[in-house]
Amino acid sequence: MTSDDWKNYTQRIEELAARSGLSFHPVEFEAVPDSFMMEIAVYGLPVRMPHWSFGVRYIYQLIQRHMGNSRLFEVVFPGNPGHAYLAASNGLAENILVTAHVLGHADFSRNNLMFRRCQGQVSEHIVEHAANHARQIQQAIEQHGMQRVEAVLDAALALEQHIDVDQALRRERYPEYAPDPKALVDDDFRKRFSQLDPTAASTGVEIKKRAPVPPHPERDLLWFVANYAPEMESWERDIFLAVREESFYFLPVFATQIMNEGWASYWHARLLREADFVPQQAYVDAIKCHSDVVRPVAADEQVSLHINPYHLGFAMWEKIIERDGLDGARHIMEQDDDFSFIRNHLNRELADELGLFRFSARNDGHIKVLEHDLGGLHEAILGPKYNFGAPSVSASHVRTDGTLELIHDNSVDGRGLDLERSRRVLDYVQRVWRRPIVLTTVNQAGSTLELTAP
Amino acid sequence: MSETSNEPASTAAKWYDLFSRGARDWLRHDEKVRESVRKHLPQIVSGADVINEGARTVRVPVRMLEHYHFRLRRPEEQQGAGQGKAKPGDVFSDPSKQRGPGEKGQGGQDDGEVSLLLEFKIDDIVDWLWEEMQLPNLKARVGPSEDSDWIREGYDRRGARSRLDRRRSFKEMVKRRGNPGATPTFIDEDLRFRQLARRRQPAIHAVVFFMLDVSGSMSDRDRKLAKTFFFWVVQGLRREYRSLETVFVAHTTEAWEFNEPEFFQVSGTGGTVSSTGLNKVREIIDARYNPGRCNIYLFYASDGDNSVSDSGEARECLTSITGDACFTGYVEVSSGLSRQLATETGRLFAELQTAGCAAGSYALNDFDDVWGAVRHFFSAEAKALDGP
Repeated sequence: MTSDDWKNYTQRIEELAARSGLSFHPVEFEAVPDSFMMEIAVYGLPVRMPHWSFGVRYIYQLIQRHMGNSRLFEVVFPGNPGHAYLAASNGLAENILVTAHVLGHADFSRNNLMFRRCQGQVSEHIVEHAANHARQIQQAIEQHGMQRVEAVLDAALALEQHIDVDQALRRERYPEYAPDPKALVDDDFRKRFSQLDPTAASTGVEIKKRAPVPPHPERDLLWFVANYAPEMESWERDIFLAVREESFYFLPVFATQIMNEGWASYWHARLLREADFVPQQAYVDAIKCHSDVVRPVAADEQVSLHINPYHLGFAMWEKIIERDGLDGARHIMEQDDDFSFIRNHLNRELADELGLFRFSARNDGHIKVLEHDLGGLHEAILGPKYNFGAPSVSASHVRTDGTLELIHDNSVDGRGLDLERSRRVLDYVQRVWRRPIVLTTVNQAGSTLELTAP
Repeated sequence: MSETSNEPASTAAKWYDLFSRGARDWLRHDEKVRESVRKHLPQIVSGADVINEGARTVRVPVRMLEHYHFRLRRPEEQQGAGQGKAKPGDVFSDPSKQRGPGEKGQGGQDDGEVSLLLEFKIDDIVDWLWEEMQLPNLKARVGPSEDSDWIREGYDRRGARSRLDRRRSFKEMVKRRGNPGATPTFIDEDLRFRQLARRRQPAIHAVVFFMLDVSGSMSDRDRKLAKTFFFWVVQGLRREYRSLETVFVAHTTEAWEFNEPEFFQVSGTGGTVSSTGLNKVREIIDARYNPGRCNIYLFYASDGDNSVSDSGEARECLTSITGDACFTGYVEVSSGLSRQLATETGRLFAELQTAGCAAGSYALNDFDDVWGAVRHFFSAEAKALDGP
């Protein structure tokens, strides 16, 4: 049996998937060495811009791998065509399973609304775009030197979660002038009113008023800095926008992880059951591999303090398909993200069946399991996913001297920012904003606090 | 990814077989760590533990850098979701406070989870420090008698077999054949031999006397401070002089010469009579070193409590040594007390300085002061040497 045997099955699995109702763009499969798999996992994209922080993650991954904690079977990138990378060390059974799994992802990313919306913005060629960004940044390094490019990347990547996908990727600048109030008041009342006192009406020739910048608190910090930084150079701006485009791609991956992994796991299990062309031994091996992947709790443990998204998603989809049928399930897959998926479909019964619980952990490592409370459990699962996992920081004002005011909304987040880290981020951003920056948040006692840079 | 998908499936190596981005970015991280270590080097290396006898490197533990993001303050208590056999009210403890894999992507967020041990060459450190502190290069006082030496310089295609550079020759072979995979076969054209050239260098010799007061009033910490200071002085002077000799003298009410390892272990009891040490130095100079041929330095570390009856003799002896030495330095080690040189010996050196001799003194109270002391002496010395 050679390592390429799995390729003989790819087409048959694709046909089977299509017959089962999956609809996906073609996927290009490629077997790559484990070392490259690991890098894809670290960078999130096959080719991505260089930055030292990826080097740190890389070392953490290496350590993880040496401790035998993580094994990567596949990484798939949505698009048309999609790209799937399989670890060269996978056996035949694993590759058959992974092929089916990848097709589940491909179906998900083609049909899920959030993916569709973001891909509509970013295009279906994120892999190529990211490679172009990497090239563009390499050129910038040659032209402007490592130090300067790195300073820009330090700032841009520090803000990578601060985007606003409710706005377009290619966004117009704010209108320069405030909307003309006259347009609104041309009604009967205004006509009669102006007849009463013609002199007052004549002063209605208003001077156009400049709109404040930003006109409302702006969440998309990458876009805002790129567009309104007083002295940013165009190549620096390009780096900010490149990082922002990649963030637009990463957001749906992040915000639908439970659904998406669950969906792919459901389909690899189901396709495998139906694939009568797979040899018996490979089938048994593949099922073993499946149960490892969707295992809720590590083999030598009774209790796990995190939830395996593969397992949770898989279990939820099984229930949903049992209850609503495939069409109903596809409808949910198209419409939801993890927030609505968990809140609408993780019910008490399933939570109990899976043994899900909520706990509170003190800083000293003391952990206590809390009373059952479905709403609380939902929020405990979803908590780390709010707002792309970042605190709500927005740009609120630019002073006449160019000072940028940032405001942290602690009423949304429930507590203030980590001051030391925030200060460091301000230092990064200040180097491209090139004017002072003021950030308002609250301290431990809940009173307002201003951080400034420089 | 145009680089790979446009190519037909061929046996050619893919780009990712030849290049690791992770390693590249890791090296960049490493470089940044070294840069920042370098910026704080005086503080780091003056810590006593980095100095081992005879070692040519020092090891500095550092934390991985963190790329900062906006984060919420860590709450006293936070909620999470888990799975398994657990009932409400169950209590676990998690001494390691490990985080879930869900957060592993944000490497470096945890406090000191993985730390690195970086190894630096002492020569590099000294180079950096000199650059950083802008210490002047010293000029030798004793004139340019020439000294010649053979050094390696360049390559040639002919030469003695013993000077064949295999690495270089191998490269030439590869260049010629353009195929690194095949069995190596050399022809004469490939061979490269190291060449030697004659270099003339001014013959400059120096001797440094380290004199340490080991009387009962000097604590272990005081001696360690003095040792750290001496260590960096030797490193600094070695940069300037190709052949540097060191002489170690310790004294209480008597004086002895020691070798280097013993010297730092010595502890004595009893009073302080500096003139005994100074006389010992004088003796050694007279016996072994000719001030006309050799640059002489003396560094003296003491807590300054010289017995009052000794000051006359100490002054006399010190003045005679300063006449022959390039520079005489006094460090007053008095951890805990900051007397700022208002001691018997302190006053003695102050007098010398006022008299225009190449002498200086510095109060060393803490390890943080070590570099201040080095800087102080080396700039003072340069000034003294620039003088008439």
